[in-house]
Amino acid sequence: MLGKLFWTFAKIGAFTFGGGWAMISIIEREIVDKYHWLERDEFLDLLAIAQSMPGILAVNISVVVGDKLRGLKGSIMSSLGTIMPSFLIILLIAMFLTPELITNNPTLSAIFKGIRPVVVALIIAPVFTTARSAGIGLKTAWIPAVVALFIWSKWPVVSNPILYIVLGALVGWYLTARSHKLLNRRKDNKQQ
Amino acid sequence: MIFLRLIWSYLKIGFFGFGGGYAMLALIQNEIVTPGWITEQMFTDIVAISQMTPGPIGINSATYIGYVAPGASSPALSSPLWGILGSLLCTLVVILPSFVLVRYAGHYISRHRDSAAIKGIFAGLRPVVVGLIASAALLLMNGDNFGTTSPDVAKSIAMAAAALFIVLFTKIHPILIIIAAGAIGWLIF
Repeated sequence: MLGKLFWTFAKIGAFTFGGGWAMISIIEREIVDKYHWLERDEFLDLLAIAQSMPGILAVNISVVVGDKLRGLKGSIMSSLGTIMPSFLIILLIAMFLTPELITNNPTLSAIFKGIRPVVVALIIAPVFTTARSAGIGLKTAWIPAVVALFIWSKWPVVSNPILYIVLGALVGWYLTARSHKLLNRRKDNKQQ
Repeated sequence: MIFLRLIWSYLKIGFFGFGGGYAMLALIQNEIVTPGWITEQMFTDIVAISQMTPGPIGINSATYIGYVAPGASSPALSSPLWGILGSLLCTLVVILPSFVLVRYAGHYISRHRDSAAIKGIFAGLRPVVVGLIASAALLLMNGDNFGTTSPDVAKSIAMAAAALFIVLFTKIHPILIIIAAGAIGWLIF
């Protein structure tokens, strides 16, 4: 089972492009439909845990699934399986497609000159799609704008993204805690 | 000591990596690119390569950066063996925080998933994640990626604008867009 767990996740890691979201349906198909290792609602529960944790989603899913099935050994095997194909492929690319080769070879250099601005566009696109799904409107757009500009500034301390991750979590937690208190107080007043 | 610094940086990247691969790019930039371990151009190339190869961008970039960073930091570490050691370290370290958290805090989170506190924390993180992705894009809009002569800059901006339009309004796969961009780049640069 441990070996099978490793190879299943290695296969998933080797054939999915685009990380976590693309992997979910394939993991579900292998784990739930093909091997019947988990019931569908068990898998969805684990998926929710994986999503609520920091880190790489595909790795998180493999850790929870492996842990659920075979404990610590299971989670080690499934997460190593997930990362092994990317590790080997990228290692080969890093060894042979060196930055010097890209700069010095006229054909490669031209190809990458075309690719680079397009990669930037591929990162601009999720700004809009994520903003929409996060419900960012005109009134709240200043938050991501300020965060992005401060990180972009490269000024000491305020350009550290970790600062905003911690701040965002704290502010979100504080605001919900406060609104709950207000709600409870109002309920108490009504009852009196 | 480059290896210890890589380990520390990738622990932070793994631990604070909320919001998926693109948001993680902002962390990688701050930890790896801004200190000058790799150039902005190399970073963009890594993102491009990650898009075209299977696997999550967080793993791909850790492996690649782990391989090139030792050699880039000191000529004494330019042997491929140091590179392989660096990529092994970075790749294992970036998954370590999620491994520990998911395994040991997962049950706690799942029990309190519907609590107001957890929901509030995620509501607060959402706009930050949008800002992180935007900062990653802003940081990459520079001469390294868009060229330095005006014809190069004009061509690059035109290609970026076209790509943005295609990504937002069609269902064409990003890999195809990158392949097409490489072919066009080969013709026009």
